[in-house]
Amino acid sequence: MKNHSAQNFSSASNRSTESILKKTISKPWLWAFIAASLAFAATMVISGGQGGSSLFYTAMTFASFAAIVGLGQMLVITLGPGNVDLSIPATMTLAATVALKVMATESGMVPIGILVVLVVGALCGLMNFGLIILLRIPPIIATLSASFIFQSLAIWSNRGLRIKPPEIMGQFVTGGVLGIPNVAWIGIGIAAVVWVVMERSITGRWISAIGQNLRAAKLSGVPVNRVRFGVYLTSAILASVSGFLLANFSGGAALNMGTEYMLMSIAVVVIGGSSIAGGNSNVPGIWGAALFMFLLVSMLNSYGLGAGVRLMLTGLIIVVLVALASKPGDLR
Amino acid sequence: MNRESLRILLPVVSLAVLLGAVFYLQPRAMSYFGLNLLFNLAIPVALATVAQMMVIMVNDIDLSIGTFVSFCACVTATFVNETPLLGYSILAVSIVAYAALGALIHYRNLPAIVVTLGMSFVWGGLAVLILPSPGGASPQWLQSLMSVKPPLLPVAIIAPVVIGFLTHILIMRSSFGVLLRGVGGNDRTVSRAGWSVLKLKASAYGLAGLFGVLSGMALIGLTTSADANIALRYTLLSVAGVILGGGEFTGGRISPIGAVIGALTLTLAASFLSFLRLSPDWQIGSQGAILILVLAVRLVFSRKEQVA
Amino acid sequence: MNDIDLDSNEYQSAIVALSNVSKHFGALKALNHISIRIEPGECIGLVGHNGAGKSTLVKIINGRLKPTDGSARYQGLIEKISRKTNAEIARKLGIRSVFQELSLCANLTVLENLRIPYKEMSGRGWRKAAKTRVLNSLNSIFPGHGINPLTTVSNLTIAERQMVEIAIAFSERDIPPSLVILDEPTSSLDSAIAAQLLDHIKRFCKTGGAVIFITHMLGEIFEVASRIIVMKDGTITEDDDLAFFTRQSLVDAMGHVVSQQPDQAQKQGRELGDVILRTPDGLSARQNEIVGLAGLAGHGQAEALAAFYIGKTSFWRAPKKINVAFVAGDRTRDGVMPLWSIMNNLSLKTLTEFSGRFLVDRKREAELALQWQNKIGIRTNDTNNPILSLSGGNQQKVLFAKALASSASIVVMDDPMRGVDVGTKKDVYEMIRQEAANGRTFLWYSTEIDEVCECDRVFVYRDGVISAELIGSEITEENILKASFEMQDSAA
Repeated sequence: MKNHSAQNFSSASNRSTESILKKTISKPWLWAFIAASLAFAATMVISGGQGGSSLFYTAMTFASFAAIVGLGQMLVITLGPGNVDLSIPATMTLAATVALKVMATESGMVPIGILVVLVVGALCGLMNFGLIILLRIPPIIATLSASFIFQSLAIWSNRGLRIKPPEIMGQFVTGGVLGIPNVAWIGIGIAAVVWVVMERSITGRWISAIGQNLRAAKLSGVPVNRVRFGVYLTSAILASVSGFLLANFSGGAALNMGTEYMLMSIAVVVIGGSSIAGGNSNVPGIWGAALFMFLLVSMLNSYGLGAGVRLMLTGLIIVVLVALASKPGDLR
Repeated sequence: MNRESLRILLPVVSLAVLLGAVFYLQPRAMSYFGLNLLFNLAIPVALATVAQMMVIMVNDIDLSIGTFVSFCACVTATFVNETPLLGYSILAVSIVAYAALGALIHYRNLPAIVVTLGMSFVWGGLAVLILPSPGGASPQWLQSLMSVKPPLLPVAIIAPVVIGFLTHILIMRSSFGVLLRGVGGNDRTVSRAGWSVLKLKASAYGLAGLFGVLSGMALIGLTTSADANIALRYTLLSVAGVILGGGEFTGGRISPIGAVIGALTLTLAASFLSFLRLSPDWQIGSQGAILILVLAVRLVFSRKEQVA
Repeated sequence: MNDIDLDSNEYQSAIVALSNVSKHFGALKALNHISIRIEPGECIGLVGHNGAGKSTLVKIINGRLKPTDGSARYQGLIEKISRKTNAEIARKLGIRSVFQELSLCANLTVLENLRIPYKEMSGRGWRKAAKTRVLNSLNSIFPGHGINPLTTVSNLTIAERQMVEIAIAFSERDIPPSLVILDEPTSSLDSAIAAQLLDHIKRFCKTGGAVIFITHMLGEIFEVASRIIVMKDGTITEDDDLAFFTRQSLVDAMGHVVSQQPDQAQKQGRELGDVILRTPDGLSARQNEIVGLAGLAGHGQAEALAAFYIGKTSFWRAPKKINVAFVAGDRTRDGVMPLWSIMNNLSLKTLTEFSGRFLVDRKREAELALQWQNKIGIRTNDTNNPILSLSGGNQQKVLFAKALASSASIVVMDDPMRGVDVGTKKDVYEMIRQEAANGRTFLWYSTEIDEVCECDRVFVYRDGVISAELIGSEITEENILKASFEMQDSAA
């Protein structure tokens, strides 16, 4: 017994110096913004400073889609090891197809369409968490099997037709205010709300507590199941909102529209400086990482490098970041 | 009935039920060519599922297997076809890379889910670099191997049986397999007995790489041409296949034969609907539904066992 | 103990000899200047209360831990001569261990579990060989065991798993067993099977094997041991042939911790209220009462507390008013949120009590932290510092404050003083008495006897059930030890 606690003690003091060090020298979210700015600048060098504002505008638009799903994924990952939402792409597609179908290009149906998006998202979240809590299966498998079903529902409801968004929605998602695209305003607004929840609210404390130490959270009276339910619900709703915006932006829902967001949603969480081991979220980092991911593409494009190099670089960045961020024996 | 027999019985029963339903709906499927058609594409899926199983066996998960198989398929359709020596070397190096990744994950205690996610970008990028647009061709020997017509049973039946049998020998019967599963069951005991968990984990990942390579090659033998996204769905399918086949995420509880059966079941579930004359929209959904159904049945049985 | 000369002839025969071994974990001295030697044919009963250093000693012997000071020598080989680690030498010499926590791979079959410790097993036909060996071992130790070596371990009962583990430890391999260390091997065996094991140990020692046997069943020690080593506070207090001990003298040797008896006056100063909790397994407590849970570690106390606490809380609702609070002893596992500041750790339990519905009231949080920092004496200049910047004792104070800051009427404490320095302990004892006087009830599991003596009432646990209830003046070290150890003859 005694030696056990002594070992805990010595490892605890190691970690303390380490975490102080980490706090002072590294602000991970700042890195994401710096990297994004560098990518932006490098692109500008090639173009000779031409088209800077339009690049910014496009980057903000595309980063919004990634940031919104990334925020949901961040909440889930903050719940700790084993928690990840693999149903995000399917939820995006499903919400977008159903909503566009309901609206049937009628501008007057937009409020109903938005309501449908929220309801579809909530149902998807309910399904995910229902499987987790009722079948007691790991979240990875629960969200995975649920996503198969969402995907089929999307295919079935879409029937291969590409329904155009209502005109007013099309205008809204491509338009902007004060030089910032409307979708980016929405993304920033959601990020602000998530920030308040994570940094200032009781719920945020609970989410972080569960992610750091589930057992200790239970023993501290945290309503663990309620918090997890809320998080999976939110992740699904954010995915459906993002899918809806994306579909309106690209002129209709496509069945594979969500595909790249499975990896993207996790990538922005990792690059944005949230802890992959859970417990520590980073809201600004999500936006920084989302901008970086897009600007990296445009930079490589402008240098004539193709998708292959971009993918490899992204992957290597993730692996190196993770390898640097953890020490042997740090996790688990 | 205990958990072990349930673990292997449940996938067998679900495959049998599904197969029975298909034969009932479409008796013509009960033929040499019918079976070949039903299970043709199951061969690469089964190999990818076995690869995933190797990683799940040591309590990790591999989110890169789909892009890795795509990469291997692209290498097979290009380098292996045109400059075989270079092609096989690339495949060999990629297996070593997989093993090294396993060692890195263990050594730095990294979350496998994120590392393999990052690697999926890397493999995907390499695949795009090799084959920017769909194309390439299957090496002749591979194509003829996959389309060989042995008497009595088609390749699509023989190959999964062979795969299941060989991996069963390797993982469940050999003394090396015991150590690999021991790592998943209780790595402290294994290292206490003086084994290097690092080497064992690297071996498990190396085996995953090997089966990933085989899956990519088999896929090219069937489709005869490749593209960079050819096997993206295998990531999710392989995880589902392992779980369906009685595997669990923790504790080194896996079954190679179950995993192969799981892969067959998932393939069959996808084609089952066309026999029902239902819209193929539900192909993927039926795979998800079967997965949920089997997990629910498993839960019911394990609850009963607890009560008893 | 005196230094012994390892090179003298009389030590060449020993399987293992420790000379002046100490083991420190940070400031904590788990072992102090231990010297022993173990000869072939000996069966050593190793006894001592919690934290006496038994498991550390065992880990030094089987090479899992390196001595901080002093040296271990195996059959005449000093560790430094050979490049190999002590663990490798110990393994090569046939020193094998059965640990209290089961260490089989649950996903493997019985025979496959033999494969893991049997490193030099040949590849061909290994299954058959493993099967024969496991069966031979099982048959000779536990005749009529009824265990199929092809069964997966997860399908065995706890007792069967323990039998398998013992059988594997005694099994025949390329290197025959020379010393087998058994840590509480009979804890989940019934008496008939335990008797089979004891018979086997006797046979094994007669043929020249040595055994170290750790148990809380004193009857078993007297039946099987040839020599008894008593440990206390990291030292060996008695080391003699069996003939020199009686049960009473053994209990006496384990006890007599130099402890200041708590002030009876302070204890008496509290009026006990009504009985406010009663659990099905016999635990009960009154208002204002400090109830102790005692006994050897791992005999069901922690489980009883956890079951009680979980039964009183919901994972769906978070009530505004908190009824029960929990103070963790295993800080890393059950208490500390490692990424957070002292303040956030301290306020986690009471967030709903001092805040509104949604946002954390950060002003009141800071007030709360400051108030408790002063009250309980957390040594830091700023409660915004990370919790891990604190020493273990101060982290523990934070966990106490976290629970006591709530309005909970019942406070559950799971051995909260592990690795805490004496000064902190005194502060906390005082605070607990105060809080009890103010109307709280404490359920306090402790592995240290002098702590248990602080309580108004003590339940002693053995083998998962309450074996004694002591009140007031009955709470003595002797009574607690007597109830913790099985005094009757074990085997029928």
